[in-house]
Amino acid sequence: MIDLIWLLLFVTGIATALFTGRMPQVSEGILSGAATGVELCIGLISVIVLWMGLMNIAEKSGAISLLSRVLRPVARRLFPSVPVDHPAMGAILANMSANILGIGNAATPLGLRAMKELQTLNPNKDVASDAMCTFLAVNTASITLIPTTVIAVRMQMHSAHPTSVIGPTILATAIGTVAALCFDRLFRAFSKRRRV
Amino acid sequence: MQSTLIHVSEWLLPILVATILITGFVRRIPLYNTFIDGAKSGFGTAVRLIPHLVAMMVAVQVFRVSGAMAAVIHWMTPVLHLFHIPPEVAPLGLLRPISGQGSLALMIDVFKKHGPDSALGLLASTMQASTDTTLYILTVYFGSVGIRNFRYALSVGLLADLVAVLASVLAVYVFMGHGL
Repeated sequence: MIDLIWLLLFVTGIATALFTGRMPQVSEGILSGAATGVELCIGLISVIVLWMGLMNIAEKSGAISLLSRVLRPVARRLFPSVPVDHPAMGAILANMSANILGIGNAATPLGLRAMKELQTLNPNKDVASDAMCTFLAVNTASITLIPTTVIAVRMQMHSAHPTSVIGPTILATAIGTVAALCFDRLFRAFSKRRRV
Repeated sequence: MQSTLIHVSEWLLPILVATILITGFVRRIPLYNTFIDGAKSGFGTAVRLIPHLVAMMVAVQVFRVSGAMAAVIHWMTPVLHLFHIPPEVAPLGLLRPISGQGSLALMIDVFKKHGPDSALGLLASTMQASTDTTLYILTVYFGSVGIRNFRYALSVGLLADLVAVLASVLAVYVFMGHGL
């Protein structure tokens, strides 16, 4: 899927350039695009390094497990098929906490661990379980408290209020997450009915 | 009301940093060394992003400078207008679920043209921050455990992204106190 989209961006771009006569700009854009990509990463190093350092302190001091405890009642409702004391629940909670704190880089490894644990509960190893679908719905539309990358880029671009994005993000992600959970339940109800 | 909300936003990060440090201190964690240990892995993570960013930025650049993006936006505008999405940030909303790095590039573009503190800049920021790259998450998460049948997960993810994009417009409206 990502292959197709990547290909389409190039092919439609180059095809359009044939008509608009912008081939020199396209050829220059290929090289400048690559340069922008690298520059962007160099600029991001500062915030990622800072955040990974702070998160290490939060993890060692037990702040993350405290947040997990707060989220536990919610998680029990969301994943009724996962036993509370199963390692899958711990991994799910750690991933949700990382997502809320806006540390996507930490969330991914934790999420993969959760998937591995959920797979042990899955009767059909080829097909996504209900809990997995809910878990991914929560992950793709995650409630975010601090969008670190966006704040970093805003700072880089000399924003006067780089963190002013936090408020709107909390509201938008809250709505998105509720929608994701509703769609998840709705689609599940439909798929169950079709099978019966 | 609006300015209070923005102040809360600005206070959140310093408060969180202070909370993390104080909690660590109370629990007798060697703060400085623990920070350094964690931060070391941050450099590698940032560097690992380079190939992804280069790949997407080149493709997006080709799509943009050729005039193809302007054409797409041109015929999407009436549809998006229906949902009160300004045409300047519409491509970002369309690209966000497909490529986080690609839409990041579009967000920077909006910043360059309109400034990060403009209503459009704030909307672009919120859209970028408010959903994750659905396509990437599904591929990586399901791929890691060998699930081949995603069932309804992709539909749920993309529909939720659409809601998040619309919710971003609403959220910026609420926080800025005026339309776009």
